[in-house]
Amino acid sequence: MTEALVEARGLTKKFEDFVAVDSIDFDIIKGEAFGFLGPNGAGKTSTMKMITTVSPITEGKLTVFGLDPTTQGRAIRQRLGVVPQEDNLDLELTVAENLYIYGRYHDMSRASIRERIVELLDFAQLSDRADAKVDSLSGGMKRRLTIARALINDPDLVILDEPTTGLDPQARHALWDRLYRLKQRGATLIITTHYMDEAEQLCDRLVVMDRGAIVAEDSPRKLIQTHAPREVVELRFESGTQDEHVLKLDGVAQRTEVLADRMLLYTDDAEAAQHEIDRRGVHPEQVLVRRSTLEDVFLKLTGRRLID
Amino acid sequence: MTALRGPMRVVESELLGYKRTWRGTAISSFVNPLLFLTAMGLGLGSLVDSGDGDLNIGYLAFVATGLMAASAMQNGASDGAFPVMAGIKWRKSFEGAIATPISPADIVVGRFLWSIVRLTFVLVVFGSIATLLDAMEFIPAMKAVPPGVLTGLAFTTAVTAFTVTREDETSLSTLFRFGIIPLFLFSGTFFPISQLPDFLQPVAYATPLFHGVELVRKFALPGVDSTVVTSIPVWVHLAYLTILTAVSLYLASRWLDKRLRK
Repeated sequence: MTEALVEARGLTKKFEDFVAVDSIDFDIIKGEAFGFLGPNGAGKTSTMKMITTVSPITEGKLTVFGLDPTTQGRAIRQRLGVVPQEDNLDLELTVAENLYIYGRYHDMSRASIRERIVELLDFAQLSDRADAKVDSLSGGMKRRLTIARALINDPDLVILDEPTTGLDPQARHALWDRLYRLKQRGATLIITTHYMDEAEQLCDRLVVMDRGAIVAEDSPRKLIQTHAPREVVELRFESGTQDEHVLKLDGVAQRTEVLADRMLLYTDDAEAAQHEIDRRGVHPEQVLVRRSTLEDVFLKLTGRRLID
Repeated sequence: MTALRGPMRVVESELLGYKRTWRGTAISSFVNPLLFLTAMGLGLGSLVDSGDGDLNIGYLAFVATGLMAASAMQNGASDGAFPVMAGIKWRKSFEGAIATPISPADIVVGRFLWSIVRLTFVLVVFGSIATLLDAMEFIPAMKAVPPGVLTGLAFTTAVTAFTVTREDETSLSTLFRFGIIPLFLFSGTFFPISQLPDFLQPVAYATPLFHGVELVRKFALPGVDSTVVTSIPVWVHLAYLTILTAVSLYLASRWLDKRLRK
């Protein structure tokens, strides 16, 4: 028996004439990590804000925990943990005090907050910084603290809006590790991201969003299987010569994408494709063979890249 | 009681923040009245009292009561200005809070309650220092604290309502430069309204600080005559400031909601 924690039907958000979210449908099931993948401006954050009840919906239907965000916002927020895109920690307070305030906002007793803070600081690997001012923390530590803060009320649903944007690779991996643990404990997660690797690592299921609409929905692996051949041969040519080579390579691969700086050949057999390229007398400056990723899926579905 | 639960949580968080910064504000709460009362009351006052002014009380008592109301105004207005802009825009702490069960109205009401605490502290200190300098008597000075707090709250709420509709801090500086400072100078703080040109007197009567100054004088200086205060009844001042506070509180809640929940 699967239980949908969030159900959206024809969900729409308009800002005057601009349609930020254009009639989308999705269900988020208890226990899964659900992703919203798309470039900046795709409507991910607007969707998150409607789920967290801080943005009124324009049209359509949305329920969270079976409740109506318009009239039961407080009851919904009581059970949510929200990690916003930009950290909004109180820089003048200590690490522990930041957690404490949010515990109080959630109406928890002082004693249970104190217990919870110990657990959460351990989880966020910040136990030795409990009394440090937030101002003195690194970007990665602040992010982990923001996540710990979102967990103070032991939420049924954790919403993470671009959790690793702006972090260096090491901090990102540390954060992914924490999120992965959270998932293993059975938490339901909603993650928005414009990083395909993040979506592949963390999400059980995801929707690809573009210009306010959902263009695909599935598990990361199935999305790749469905929408992209197994391998990609990336070719880079001497500058200014790409156009003449593109014509010569017609039909070499199942699908071809020509980007400003390189050419992508999608194929199930990269080796055969490479032979064929050679046979046609084309000698690129650089050849890279890799597996298809969600980035390629996005490119196919929208004709554009995730990160411009 | 449950309606106050959210606002009380906001008060708690303000209190926690205040623990970090109280030294600076507490010192200025002591030092500012001391400086002003010494310079204006004792320094300038000796000059005023030696002239042939109309006041039937010493200038020190006159200006001390005026400054007490003005200090409520300035503290109240400050509470509604930069910290509110910081919560909305610079630190986005309001955005964080409304993702929890706290609502924008809780934030406004909570900050309002917190202002009551802060203003009470500031005015009790002011009244005590004024007593030490012989500008007021202690008991009447303390009786003037509640009307002083009301004066401050009218400004906290009105300035909050203004701030939540503003995009950036330049309009806040403008408000202080062209709103608060002229009020400070021309609401009867330093000289009676009757000294103003006739056509300006109704304008002064319409300003909130005038009513605050009148209230503080009527409470802190029992038995003063018409050379010091007007004959407008106390209840008019109270009604004016209460209505301004209530309307501003309502608008600030609504407008902050509109601003944050887009």
